Amino acid sequence: MTTTTDLLTIGDKTFSSRLFTGTGKFSSSDMMMASLNASQSELVTMALKRVDIAGQTDDILAPLVQAGFNLLPNTSGAKNAQDAIFAAQLTREALGTNWVKLEIHPDPKYLMPDPIETLKAAEALANDGFIVLPYMHADPVLAKNLEEAGCAAVMPLGSPIGSNKGLASRTFLEIIIEQANVPVVIDAGIGAPSDAALAMEMGADAVLVNTAMAVSHQPVAMAKAFSLAVEAGRSAFLAGLAPKAQHAIATSPLTGFLD
Amino acid sequence: MTDHQLSDQSFSQHVVMDEWQQMACEINAVDDNAVVQVLAKSKANQRLSLNDFKALISPAAAPYLEHMAAESQRLTQQRFGKTIQLFVPLYLSNMCSNICTYCGFSMENKIRRTTLSFEQIHKEAQAIKAKGFEHVLIVTGESERKVGIEYFESALSVLKEYFSHIAMEVQPLKEHEYRRLHELGVESILVYQETYHREKYAKYHLKGKKSDFDYRLQTPERVGRAGINKVGLGCLLGLEDWRTDAFYVAKQLRFLEKQFWSMKFSLAFPRLRPCEGGGEVNSPMSERELVQLICAYRIFNQQVELSLSTRESAVFRNNMVALGITTMSAESKTQPGGYANDDKSLEQFSIDDNRSVDDVAQMITDKGYQVVWKDWQQGLVSQ
Repeated sequence: MTTTTDLLTIGDKTFSSRLFTGTGKFSSSDMMMASLNASQSELVTMALKRVDIAGQTDDILAPLVQAGFNLLPNTSGAKNAQDAIFAAQLTREALGTNWVKLEIHPDPKYLMPDPIETLKAAEALANDGFIVLPYMHADPVLAKNLEEAGCAAVMPLGSPIGSNKGLASRTFLEIIIEQANVPVVIDAGIGAPSDAALAMEMGADAVLVNTAMAVSHQPVAMAKAFSLAVEAGRSAFLAGLAPKAQHAIATSPLTGFLD
Repeated sequence: MTDHQLSDQSFSQHVVMDEWQQMACEINAVDDNAVVQVLAKSKANQRLSLNDFKALISPAAAPYLEHMAAESQRLTQQRFGKTIQLFVPLYLSNMCSNICTYCGFSMENKIRRTTLSFEQIHKEAQAIKAKGFEHVLIVTGESERKVGIEYFESALSVLKEYFSHIAMEVQPLKEHEYRRLHELGVESILVYQETYHREKYAKYHLKGKKSDFDYRLQTPERVGRAGINKVGLGCLLGLEDWRTDAFYVAKQLRFLEKQFWSMKFSLAFPRLRPCEGGGEVNSPMSERELVQLICAYRIFNQQVELSLSTRESAVFRNNMVALGITTMSAESKTQPGGYANDDKSLEQFSIDDNRSVDDVAQMITDKGYQVVWKDWQQGLVSQ
């Protein structure tokens, strides 16, 4: 079980759950809410373009606000820094939160994040007082640049958004985690609870999961499974994984002559 | 030719007359084995080529329709989730200076012609908005003098007050005119080639600007260069051999995806409907074949929006919710002013699914899908 001492702090907020979630692709608003509740997630991202930001009467934003979730508005749809800054300012004004998940993916096919525009927007938004969590490729140098730009966390991808292909970028995620001074949230591509557990075992501070829950035949049960997997992975990381033993160590064909 | 040879010329250079027959033959010559291989490729999440697409739309694929439907459903749910986005067409004018043999707005047809005034546009917008729509598709005939860029500019200034997302299905415009529309907040342009058969195209489009095959075919490229976010492609199924036309739609889609890597695309599958003037249907397409085509497009391309209109029956639409479609119109009126005042004498074609938008939304919910009313924010993409 997660202990109360193992809390994750990002910006001005502290979380006991290290599973962040999204609101897309669910079959209904009720299913979305049931799944989010089952996940025990405390931070939920939603696209500005998808919600009625002024009236807050739509079927995504209204129930989230009512249930008291911490909102992480995202800038999905933005193609460059200018668009993303506009979106962030609009959400801050309407929702009263300075948190933003910076998403700039001009490529509608694989939704690959634009590193140049993301860095530009991150600098501007951080200077403007936003808590910026940028979605980014698993690029260790970019992660450091974004950290220096004032981002509160970085959100590198495991594989393309919605692909459920798992941690295809594992080697680079490990470097990012090793070097980071801000929390690392693995975002995108986590297709199974085992992927989430692996990310946590590697030392990620949190994961963000949406498609794998929403598109599951039983989203509520899957949300619960992810919650357990994130806890298990985190506990394993804290406990310290035992090194993997190689059976070949028993004999010493190369150094036996020293005996 | 391979997909890689779709070079950076205009797509109209890739639609040559002597190729049509060859493509038609290749599609008809596909055997069972090829279909099975393509489906296996898709299930293994491998990328499909244009040749693979031929297999999916071939007569040989017909016995594999259930497999195709399952694959289309899987891929659509993965990408779009269990959601259907609703939009409504808003006809602003039925003035037209084209003579097209299959269209109710054709200049020779003795129907009453009207173009909505700004006051009428306000009334239509209010009537549509009251039904819950946030996405609207502006439709007109082609009458450059009365319904040209200046009229659009004024109409858009009204409609922007009401809707989150505005698409347009009007005559092909010049690149600088698309730039202007982009500045005014138009997010998507729909332009259907009707048929990619050069010679036959001339027989359907007898008079007017629409008779220029290449200008129309190059329209998505002008839209792309103007920076507009999305373009909709399609052909009028039934004019010519639907399989060959559908192949060219897929080929154009692939061409445009390479040319305009940051653009989005949508496809529609209008089958010829009865209309004023009574057009012929040379290559009738059954519902079963339409399902095959929709599934084929999805298996070929996972991110393209697939849009199904009220031309199709309620029963058909109900069943397609879960098979690859991502976008639907509802409670459509195809005559200018039809939402505030339903006068059928002005309509472009009669629709089949006459249900109210509430009934359609309820049907989608009953199918276990979420209705998406709003999926855009005005001003999100800068000019």
